[in-house]
Amino acid sequence: MVNEKTDNLSKTPLDTSMNTSSSEVVVTKAPTPKQLKAASKPRKSHLLAKQIFAQCYIWVLLILMYLPVLLLMIYSFTNSTNLGTWNGFTFDLYVSLFHDSDVQIAVGNTVIIAVTAALLSTVIGTLGAVGVFESKPWFKKTLEFSTQIPVVNPEIVIALSLIVMFVFIGSWSGGVRLSYWTLLAGHLVLCTPFVYLSVKPKLIQMDPSLYEAALDLGCTPRQALRKVIFPEILPGILGGFLIAITLSLDDFIVTAFTRGPGLLSGNSDIETISTYVEGIIKKHPLPPELRALATLIFVLVLALVIGMTIYQNVKAKQGKKRKGRQY
Amino acid sequence: MSLTNAEKKNRSNRLGQAFALKRKYLAIPYALFLVLFVIIPLLLIIGYAFTDTTYTDLGEKVTTFSFSAIVGFFTNAAKWSVLFVSLFVGIQTTIICLLLAYPAAYFLAEKKFNVNKVLVILFIMPMWINFVIRTGATRDLLTWMGLSGSTHPWGATIIGMVYNYLPFTILPLYTTMLKLDHSQMEAASDLGANPSQVFWKNVIPQSLPGIISACEMVFMPVMSSYVISDTLSEGKITLFGNYIYLAFSNSLWNEGSVMALIMLLIIGITMFATRNVEKDPQGARGAGLW
Repeated sequence: MVNEKTDNLSKTPLDTSMNTSSSEVVVTKAPTPKQLKAASKPRKSHLLAKQIFAQCYIWVLLILMYLPVLLLMIYSFTNSTNLGTWNGFTFDLYVSLFHDSDVQIAVGNTVIIAVTAALLSTVIGTLGAVGVFESKPWFKKTLEFSTQIPVVNPEIVIALSLIVMFVFIGSWSGGVRLSYWTLLAGHLVLCTPFVYLSVKPKLIQMDPSLYEAALDLGCTPRQALRKVIFPEILPGILGGFLIAITLSLDDFIVTAFTRGPGLLSGNSDIETISTYVEGIIKKHPLPPELRALATLIFVLVLALVIGMTIYQNVKAKQGKKRKGRQY
Repeated sequence: MSLTNAEKKNRSNRLGQAFALKRKYLAIPYALFLVLFVIIPLLLIIGYAFTDTTYTDLGEKVTTFSFSAIVGFFTNAAKWSVLFVSLFVGIQTTIICLLLAYPAAYFLAEKKFNVNKVLVILFIMPMWINFVIRTGATRDLLTWMGLSGSTHPWGATIIGMVYNYLPFTILPLYTTMLKLDHSQMEAASDLGANPSQVFWKNVIPQSLPGIISACEMVFMPVMSSYVISDTLSEGKITLFGNYIYLAFSNSLWNEGSVMALIMLLIIGITMFATRNVEKDPQGARGAGLW
């Protein structure tokens, strides 16, 4: 009741809920004294100014932040080599993007690495979280601490420590042999702790008696794990998987340090989008085809975000309905 | 019948106990993984920082315990300057990011202003485009505007850093701002505090955890960044990240390890100094974007 009234109040232009506690006014149902009204008049214009300022600030910041991306997207529809010269509307860049084998190899490698690293790290991290949850305190503490190390370490320290280890191993076994597997190890270090951290809170939130109830009702422990624990922690697992994918997709340093020949790159060092683009922009402006690539990535992300928002809204509505039925 | 049931239950209980013992074994791959790829590499970094590699006349490699890499770092003015430039770029970027992000987070946390959290998503979305492409785009844009790295290396680098790390600053601030206790602020102003007093003595202390985790999320990554400083300053500004990369490409493992060790020390100090502040480890490296 109270909340509804405050909500209604905040929708009216006479909104003062920021500075005067309107909820209290509603609760006590005290008639607004004249003094308060008099006091709120200058506040009203003050608040309006604040609202306008807030709107302006946010939108100017957003426009500034989107400026490079927007420019890329606009100039992806013209075939000029330099950003800033408009040669007329054309889809040339998109066509040449699909004929550029270097870009395709880089995109392919990036996707393969991201998916394999995310899947593997999700399995290791989830099993780790479930197992650690049942472990003795000293083991739990040690693992929690070790999990924090790659989280707080800068990527370049992780990358250097890994390559130093590979070099060290190489010095005993006749030369370093970097490959897809060393690269995968690097990405696993990057991703797995975040999967662990994403699953752990779901285990803590879980009602421990659910597992016992399942056992009492005749489930084997394995069934209980699969049918009770797994569905409960599934959101955490999925969240961890998504984090892992994004971390792997965006990585440059670890890839650059630990990569060797393999995957779609054949006998040369594995190129991902990051390493491929970095190699070019070191000396030259961003190649025009990459504007088309950036636009496609952005559209894909936008579609994903919109899809997820709609899905969450639908889910929230269903949840409300279910609650309604109970009463 | 009932006997078999009881037996069954007994058996399942015993199985359950056995499995409860076994369930912790699920952590073994994770523990092995951490030891192999996190602990051992870090120990090796420390080892390499305290050793020196020389070659005999016959080309044999000799590794000896020595402080020469560490002494070499602290006696070299050029390396000191890398440290100071990194610290300075880090501090400058962190301050600019905080100043820009703090009001934004404050406004975004006002529910009637930010309907459906769409605006927050808008702030995060550029992050999902590959950051190397974004850096290239920023560089081209700045060059187009006449602010290229060859003429303004410092300004271009700072702008690039702020571009990349602003969302990471807004997110933790926004999370703490959502929890702001507005009645405290009202109480303060009812008791006679003027707006600036309310801000400095109530809003800032309330949002301190967010400020600290925002600083941590920006400062260390900026100091250790490679691509942004290298691209935007066109190689004119050398940060810790660039230096470690240089050591890596020249296979100077001992020197690189010393730099990495110094970074680890700085992290350790900041972690220790902020150990009492409640933090969200998930936010690191933009993982909180989900």
